[in-house]
Order: sequence, then structure tokens, then C-alpha cells
Amino acid sequence: MIGHDGLYVDSLRVSVNGRLVLRGVTLHVPRGRVVGLVGPNGSGKTSLAYAVLGHPLYRVEGGEIYLDGEPLTGLKTEERARRGVFLAFQSPPEIPGLGVRAFLREVAARRGLSLEDGELSSYLRLVGLDESYLGRGVHEGFSGGERKRLEFAQALLFKPKVAILDEVDSGLDLEGVRLLVSKTRELAEAGAGVLFISHNPHVLQLLQPDEVVVLVGGEVALRGGLDVLEEVVRRGYPGVRG
Amino acid sequence: MSKLSLLEGLTLDQVSLDSVGLRARVTLSGRISRSLVEELSRAKKEPEWMLRLRLRSLELFEKLPMPNWLVGIEELNLEELAHYIQPDVQRASSWEELPEEIRRAYERLGLPEIERKALLGLAAQLESENVYLAFRKFLEERGVILMDMSEAVARYPDLVRRYFMRVFPPSDHKFAALHGALWSGGVFLYVPPGVRVEAPIEAFFLIASELESQMEHTIVVAGEGSYVHFIEGCSAPLFKRYSFHNGMVEIYAHRNSHVKFTTIQNWSRNIVNFNNKRALVEEGATVEWVEGSIGSKISYVYPSAILRGEGARVSIANVTIARGATWKDSGAKVYHLAPNTASEVVSKSISAGGGVAVYRGLVRVARGARGSKAAVKCDSLILDKASKALTYPRNEVEEEDATVVHEATTGRLSEEVLFYLRSRGLEEREARRLVVLGYVGDVLGRLPYEYRLVLSKVLELEFEDIGGYA
Repeated sequence: MIGHDGLYVDSLRVSVNGRLVLRGVTLHVPRGRVVGLVGPNGSGKTSLAYAVLGHPLYRVEGGEIYLDGEPLTGLKTEERARRGVFLAFQSPPEIPGLGVRAFLREVAARRGLSLEDGELSSYLRLVGLDESYLGRGVHEGFSGGERKRLEFAQALLFKPKVAILDEVDSGLDLEGVRLLVSKTRELAEAGAGVLFISHNPHVLQLLQPDEVVVLVGGEVALRGGLDVLEEVVRRGYPGVRG
Repeated sequence: MSKLSLLEGLTLDQVSLDSVGLRARVTLSGRISRSLVEELSRAKKEPEWMLRLRLRSLELFEKLPMPNWLVGIEELNLEELAHYIQPDVQRASSWEELPEEIRRAYERLGLPEIERKALLGLAAQLESENVYLAFRKFLEERGVILMDMSEAVARYPDLVRRYFMRVFPPSDHKFAALHGALWSGGVFLYVPPGVRVEAPIEAFFLIASELESQMEHTIVVAGEGSYVHFIEGCSAPLFKRYSFHNGMVEIYAHRNSHVKFTTIQNWSRNIVNFNNKRALVEEGATVEWVEGSIGSKISYVYPSAILRGEGARVSIANVTIARGATWKDSGAKVYHLAPNTASEVVSKSISAGGGVAVYRGLVRVARGARGSKAAVKCDSLILDKASKALTYPRNEVEEEDATVVHEATTGRLSEEVLFYLRSRGLEEREARRLVVLGYVGDVLGRLPYEYRLVLSKVLELEFEDIGGYA
């Protein structure tokens, strides 16, 4: 047990198929806070998210990941999830024939929750989906924006200790982005540490995170407050020609 | 019996029949000859016309060539099989009348319970004969006949003769001829015009010995405007050697009738399973075939339908599981012979652990079948690198004014889907179960509730312990 609450990533080095994608990343997402993670495409943002959840292809070469001070590396993905890490996927997959209702109930049951249709649909409404989505297959025929909303509904429903929101804003109209930004703040107010990943610094300006981390080439290039965002908006990502 | 033990009983292979102490009253084995067929007919006290049908079938069997496309039946040696085993048991119409050991085996399979909960009639065949047959009195009073096939041959010869091997003649192929020569058991179900049988009737087939051939013959006749749902279940314990099943089902759906025929085939993994299934569908009638092909080592089954009357419809839905060293050949055949006929085929296969699942289908729209519609959807899910799925669809369309749609997909269980579900806290086997159940969901939805439970449970047990597609 060490003294960081929430998610603490310490000098994390990760490879995929022998290629190093994270080169010693250190990051702290305290409970109740929102940390914005920005970076250009391929900078390692999603790799960081996958590594925290223990994707089998993402190999930890060095460093450690802690949740409320307990190490996570070595644990299976499902165990990390049960301990309270949630990932809203950038591109959540279609699961044909598996109904949204059955899926949410199954996941809820695994966490000792029993959810009626009324509760499930109230969570869907929070993110702008109506109850008809309960009867559809998971992400089956969903637009990009609908997928993001369903991901976000799960983040609210399962009340994680740490929520990693990977590009939840992409594919959404401005109204949708505003809605999810306000729900992100609610997640943090409810006590979750939120890592909000986006390649769009403007969305982070809307969100006003407590800290901003800029990832470039698998390394933290900059970190700080909102001034860091302004710097990125003005001059582009450090080391990357805009 | 609790629901769980009911399910376990139906889903596990180890229904031990050693303890049953089953004895045969008559056993006919060995070379398939005229004298064997005559002896079989004599043992069953059959009328002359049935003996003639058997002997004609035998001649065809001897003449017809062995199909050259069958895979995996090298070990099948017809000469070493017992073709007829008559158990030394009086047929009962209540479970109490059966010897205790046999009753217990059926209880283990959950049959008495499912009969009480869900069925209006049940026949249970052990080896070559029905040992149990019961159905509700009120159906009998309304003219419904549910009878052991041999008994129907004796008691309703004119009626049975009108149908027996008419839509599936022994000349169709070598094993249809073999069936005609050696059939035993099965039931004759007749539903008079206008009668609706609102709950299912089931026939259950148990093969209890190795090196046995079981060839039951089932006929469902639905009179004009009638409705019936027939279910067949199959089970066998695991043997050291194999056994052979070569059954036949004929459905005659008269004008505006509706027949559902559901099979839950859960033979053990050393059964070589052939089944010959064909329906004749008259004007305005509907036939639904649902085939849950779970067990057996080798299986060749293609429910088929001849849409003979205007507006006749058929739907054929298959779920085929090829897990481990198995070859599961399934599919559907539809012949549109009249105007405005419609067919829908949905086939879902899952291959795992080196299994091969094959879809073999034929849609034929004959000249004159104007305005007919045919839709085939054939999906294969492959769970690991060692397994295969093959599809051989065939369309023969002679009528321009017909719509024939074919859609086929082959998918693999993706690591991304597994990771996604695991990231929600589900264990890998739970994740796999959800994917598999979702995949077969639309076919499962066509089963009665009790059987849906059984099939979901079977799928869970089948897929909980296998590895992912890496």
C-alpha cells in the first residue's frame, strides 16, 4: 500500500507485439478529480487505457499500476474491473444477438446489483438514449455517438472508483458533448477519479479538468493546469508539427 | 427433482444404463439379408404389405450406390450392428408400470417432469421399441391418434399406408432404403381437421447399447386447419464403440394446417447420426422445423420441405454445435412447386475444439412457382483455429418471378469482444457464454420455454471450458 488514492500509474512501460508503446508514463488520477489526457493519434492514450485494464496483448515491461494503493498488474482484466476500474471504450465492439438489457443485467448481477427495467432505462435517459435501446443488441447497428452514450451510461450505472473515458466525445454533436462533459463532472463529484482521454483540446477546455497531461510518443510531454491546454491549442503538440 | 438436476440430467452424457439391467427379448444382428428382414417383420407381427415394403427397400439398398461425399463414417460397418433390439419390457402408459431401473433412467433424463409441466403426450423409445407412451384422454376423444408406429400399422393400416414413406420414398438414397428395410419404433401422430393441439407432444429416443442401429419412423399428419407441435429428443450414454442412428420423419401438413417440429439432438459423442426429414406442405399450410443439433460424433441431417400447394410456407431453423472431433453436416432443402410459396432458412453453427460444421442447403424454385420467396441466412461462428465451418448453398431458380435471397457470414470469437466483456467484470467463460447465447438467440427464441432453458444450459456446459481464438 502506497499513499496514492484513485489510479496511480508509476513509470509504466508497455509493449505490443514487441513494440514499445508507453515509455515510462507516470500519472495520478485521485478520487473525485478529473484528469484530462490529450495527445495526437498514436501517442499511446488508448494503450494506456488498455494497459490499465490488462488487455492480453499489452505487455507491461516495467513500472506498476495502482488502484487506491493496491497494485493491479498481474490481475486479470475482470478482477481489475471488479475492483473498480471502468473503461469507456473508444470503439466498443458489436455483440450480435446479446441484448442491451441482458448484458447490463448480467454485468450488474456480477457486481451484486439487481436492476429493474425502470432503473436501467433511467440511466439510459441520463445520457440521452430512450428505453427502446434496452431491446437492441449491444452496439448492434448503433451510430458512433450512440455507442459512446451507452458506454457512458455504464460508467454511471456501475459507479467505478476510477473511470477511464476514452474519446467519449468523438462522434457526438455539440449538445451531446456538453451532456457528457456535465456527466463527467457528476462522476467525479460522486467520488470517482476520472481520466478523460481526448485528442481534442477544445473539449477539455469545455470540461475544465483539474489537471492536464499531454502524451506524445508514449511519454508525458507536458503536464499542468488549463494553461497547458492553451499552449497546445496555440502551438500544437510539443514535438509534433501541426 | 429440482430444475437444476433436471437440466443436468438432460445435458450430461453419463446417463449410465449399466444399472438398468436391460435384457433383450429379441435381437437381430449381422448381415443385412432377406431372411433378417423377414425375421424382423415376423417379430413385429406385421401385415404382408409392410413386409413387401421392407423387401422392396432391401432390394433398393442393395442396388443403390454408397454416397461418395460422406465424411467420417469409415468405422460404420453395418454388418457388425444389432439392427433390432426388442427390450424385454412391456410398453407402459404410466411410469409406475415400468421396471424401476428403467423408470429411474428416464427420471434422470427429466422426462416425467417435463411431461407433467409442458407436454400433452410423450412416447419414449428404448433401443428399437417404445417402452412408454401416454397422452391426454381429451385429445383421444377429439380423434387425435398418437401411437407406436408398429401398432398404428396393425390398427390403422389404410391410414398409415396412405402416408408411410410416400414423401420420403426408399428409392431416395441408400440409407433411406436401409431405413425402409429395417425401421422399427417411432410414432404415428394424426391430428384430425380443425383440431388444435395447444401444447407439444414429444417422442424421446434412447440408444442404450453400442454397435446398435436405431431407425425409428415418425409420421405427423396434420388435417386441414389443424395445429400441432411435435418435439423429438435424443440421448445416449457414452460407449466404447459407436452406434448408428438412421431415423426418418415425414410430415404431411394438409391445407391451412400448421406443424412445428422441434428436435433436440443430444446424442453422445460416439453416435453416427443420419436423419431423414421431409415435409409435404399443402395449400396455405405452414411447417416449422427447428433443429438443435448438439451431440453425436458424425451427423447428416437436412430438414426439408416440398411446398406443393399455393401459399404454402416453411421455416427451417438450425443450431449446430461441432465441438471436438466431430463432423456436423446440417442444412435445409426447400422445393417451391406452387405459386406464392415462401421459405425461410436460418442456420447457425458453432465450431470449437477441432470440430467441423457444414451447412449444405438447396433452394429450388420450379417453373410455375410464381411470386415465391426464399430467404436463406447461414451464419458460422468459429471459436478457435483448430475448427472449421464450411458452407455449400445451392439455388436452382426456374421461375423469374421469384425472390431468392442468400446471406452467409462466418465469424470468429474476437479477442476485442472478449476483452470488452471482461472489462465489465465478467470472467472469460461468462463472456464466451454471452457471445454464444447471443449468437444463437434468434433460434433459441423459437423453442418452448423449458427447452430453451435446456438448450441454453447445454451451450453453457459445452463452451465454458474451451480456450479463446488467439
